Amino acid sequence: MSAIALTRLLWLAVPALVLAAVPAAAATIQVTIDKLVFSPANVEAKVGDTIEWVNKDVIAHTATVKGSWEVMMPPKKSASLTLKAAGAVDYFCRFHPNMKGHLDVSP
Amino acid sequence: MFTRYTAALAALLLASAAPLAQAGDKPTDPQIAHIAYTAGVLDIEAAKQALAKSKNKEVIDFAKDMERDHEAVNKQALDLVKKLKVKPEDNATSQALTKAAKEERAKLAELKGAAFDKAYIENEVAYHKQVNGALETLLIPSASNAELKSLLETGLKIFQGHEQHAEHVAGMLK
Repeated sequence: MSAIALTRLLWLAVPALVLAAVPAAAATIQVTIDKLVFSPANVEAKVGDTIEWVNKDVIAHTATVKGSWEVMMPPKKSASLTLKAAGAVDYFCRFHPNMKGHLDVSP
Repeated sequence: MFTRYTAALAALLLASAAPLAQAGDKPTDPQIAHIAYTAGVLDIEAAKQALAKSKNKEVIDFAKDMERDHEAVNKQALDLVKKLKVKPEDNATSQALTKAAKEERAKLAELKGAAFDKAYIENEVAYHKQVNGALETLLIPSASNAELKSLLETGLKIFQGHEQHAEHVAGMLK
């Protein structure tokens, strides 16, 4: 095998090994906010996944878990949170508590 | 002029003394736009009074939320009436709302500290309840333009959120 061919092989093999070392790639899951509705309202995710809230409204919203975390979404902006703990949580918008969402986070 | 919509809102505003209703009358789109916009302006004015007077963090945060949301919604409303070439039309309901808000502001101006905070938040609960009732039972069903109706429906959801938020703050002040 020539040196060039070997180098090429390594270039192909190294990324494949790196990918193989991470069993499941973390996903980014989008939740849209439109007219004060979280959609989808219920999300199933895994620890390490990121939730990205996309706020389409002209007013600010939050995704707030009482006594835990809070993410603020300015008007027409997005914001993200990487899930660190497993469990089921209900969240709501602190400014408009009639907006509700739910996350099921598996380990 | 005591039309049916004025009567409905006045009944909400002053549970007593509801004027006689005349069947078949409902507000026009230019009047609905004026009422919705006025309701927002009045709540912004109430928020400004609270921001000038209150020292309570929860109350100040709530007032800032009201100022920000109602300004954003009213900007959308102005953009929409411009697009639709609708000229908002002053009417008895807008005038009744403005008069009631002016009286409430004068009452609140006399109060200080915790007494002011409590009275402001309680009035915010009551005010949003009244406006939401009017939106639900009268303004939304009467709106004929689909875009205006849709904006009012979103407005209703926002203001229902404000009502719950105000109730939450009121609960914390107790």
